[in-house]
Amino acid sequence: MSAKDNILAKLRTSLTGTTPVADNFDVDLVTQTYRYSPKERIPQLRKLMEAVHTEIHLTSGEGWPALLAQLLRDRQLPSLLIAPTTPHGKKITQFWANNPDLPTLKAYDRPVEEWKAELFNDTPASLTGTLGAIAATGSLILWPTREEPRLMSLVPPVHFALLKASEIRDNFYEVQQEFEWAQGMPTNALLVSGPSKTADIEQVLAYGAHGPKDLVVLIQEDQ
Amino acid sequence: MSTPTLIPTVELHDDFRARAHKALADTQLRNNFRSAMDSLMTKRATSFSDAHEREHLRALGNAVRARALSKLPDLLEQLETNLTRNGVTVHWAETVDEANGIVLSIIRAHEARQVIKGKSMVSEEMEMNHFLEARDIECLESDMGEYIVQLDHEKPSHIIMPAIHKNAGQVASLFHDKLGVEYTKDVDQLIQIGRKVLRQKFFEADIGVSGVNFAVAETGTLLLVENEGNGRMSTTVPPVHIAVTGIEKVVENLRDVVPLLSLLTRSALGQPITTYVNMISGPRKADELDGPQEVHLVLLDNGRSQAFADSELRQTLNCIRCGACMNHCPVYTRIGGHAYGEVYPGPIGKIITPHMVGLAKVPDHPSASSLCGACGEVCPVKIPIPALLRRLREENVKAPDSPHPVMRGQGSKYSPRERFIWNAWARLNSSPRLYRLFGFIATRLRALTPRNLGPWTQNHSAPKPAARSLHDLAREHLKVKGDRR
Repeated sequence: MSAKDNILAKLRTSLTGTTPVADNFDVDLVTQTYRYSPKERIPQLRKLMEAVHTEIHLTSGEGWPALLAQLLRDRQLPSLLIAPTTPHGKKITQFWANNPDLPTLKAYDRPVEEWKAELFNDTPASLTGTLGAIAATGSLILWPTREEPRLMSLVPPVHFALLKASEIRDNFYEVQQEFEWAQGMPTNALLVSGPSKTADIEQVLAYGAHGPKDLVVLIQEDQ
Repeated sequence: MSTPTLIPTVELHDDFRARAHKALADTQLRNNFRSAMDSLMTKRATSFSDAHEREHLRALGNAVRARALSKLPDLLEQLETNLTRNGVTVHWAETVDEANGIVLSIIRAHEARQVIKGKSMVSEEMEMNHFLEARDIECLESDMGEYIVQLDHEKPSHIIMPAIHKNAGQVASLFHDKLGVEYTKDVDQLIQIGRKVLRQKFFEADIGVSGVNFAVAETGTLLLVENEGNGRMSTTVPPVHIAVTGIEKVVENLRDVVPLLSLLTRSALGQPITTYVNMISGPRKADELDGPQEVHLVLLDNGRSQAFADSELRQTLNCIRCGACMNHCPVYTRIGGHAYGEVYPGPIGKIITPHMVGLAKVPDHPSASSLCGACGEVCPVKIPIPALLRRLREENVKAPDSPHPVMRGQGSKYSPRERFIWNAWARLNSSPRLYRLFGFIATRLRALTPRNLGPWTQNHSAPKPAARSLHDLAREHLKVKGDRR
């Protein structure tokens, strides 16, 4: 008998003669107190995300590349990692082409093994899109893809994330339902609710533990 | 290399009582725990400001866990099927030795030398660091608290806040001694020192190890929560990811994690959510540019199926490892986590450890409680911890030959003399004639009551029977009333 057989046999013996507990999941309990009017969503998200040191800027579908360029200059960041084939990657490439003297754009366009050292040691900032956000908990939804890989939102010390106001949802349950996550999950899906932090030393909160030290969210109000 | 100076800490020898006494005398330790637990309790209370919502959510959390356990074997199989379909290799282990063996064989298959670990209490059960180091494989903790504890050759003293027993000054000395950095008590600087060291380790590591907070059967998803990003690093950067978890961590549906996640982060840290919720459903796909090439899941029993076998003790497995029970425990707060001498301290430790190591190894665990009930009241999944402690006290004193043994090491505190006394006491109280006789003698001979009654009189004054029994007084009272009529 394998370990699996032994474990399952023990568990099944223990359940002999019992009936499974009925599924009485009360959806109201995880949704009712977490509903917001369209007007409330940005302030609610902002309140929670700013409470954990996220920087939030309101911008527009047209205005964000210029804002981003300004933010990069203010922080004196020499380069920005982008996902070149995404719509926002294309947009920023175009903006950069029309505006010389901006920080260098780096494309994440090859397997990490080919440029791991550069990613870790010489990539100060990145830009990713989001699948939306959750107002109830102040979380961005990230669903990394081949075009926009997982490490983009993790390794660079500054992470810029684009968010469309219309894609801010009320709560996690609604997100799961709307995207039909139960029918198929990607290899990696993430909720990100601020820059990396820790309170492991004497409960003192410190930012920039292992992930990004800064999370900057650009909300496109008209999108 | 000169021997590094160790910061004095509570050492893990002697028995529980001796360790507890030592911890109680350590003012620094008590201050560190008191202030941390006070702050954690306040944060939790603030995040559950609506008591009505909290109680409904706890009831839902309990129902979700109870449902998962009521179909546990089926859900485990479903989880394995879905994970396998997603490309994850699932392994099963009955004991920690088997689990370590599985991890080692994966490491050997890749000729790996460096392992980086995200936080995992199951790997603590396995003593994985120790096991791998003995085989010349570096196994480094990357959670800041765990890293600090490992650097000082200690074990975690809290399941969520592993280094909570240390203050910033102690961490400063440790980093100065072990890493050769300049002494600083500035927490931001200390964290940046840790970040720098560990970034390099993430970069180099061949294998990443993590725990699992919830394993979703329906989708074949491993869900991990964390604030630091070390969990994401450990599960995303190295070419191989090994997740280790207990067989009880499975839930049926993805939607089931919604209430559990909220209960977990609010109960543990008072946060509406952690910085990262990492949902892993498979290794890197052929066309993806990063992520591990291989993902393994090790499902560990280690005594859990024993707890599962008894419908009352099964509730122990509802646990989602938030640590709220220890944060609210007057015993834990005073003696700290190390005094328990086992992986899981505090109230949850007292009810889960006996299944893992045998009740005989931790005979004082069930009685190291005032049964104040705080742990049961705050438990997000409503484990009746005080009731389970009472139950374990019973198992502790069961006669060795009692039929249907419930757990390994039960009856280690059985004493024929004590049993005789209790039987006699029961008899006395259930026979009216004997009881009257006893009352008569006790009241008449009250002057002879001993002053020293062993442990009882250490902290209490000796009991002395009243001059007249309550029965006596009641009888007289009724008689007088009857006369008046």
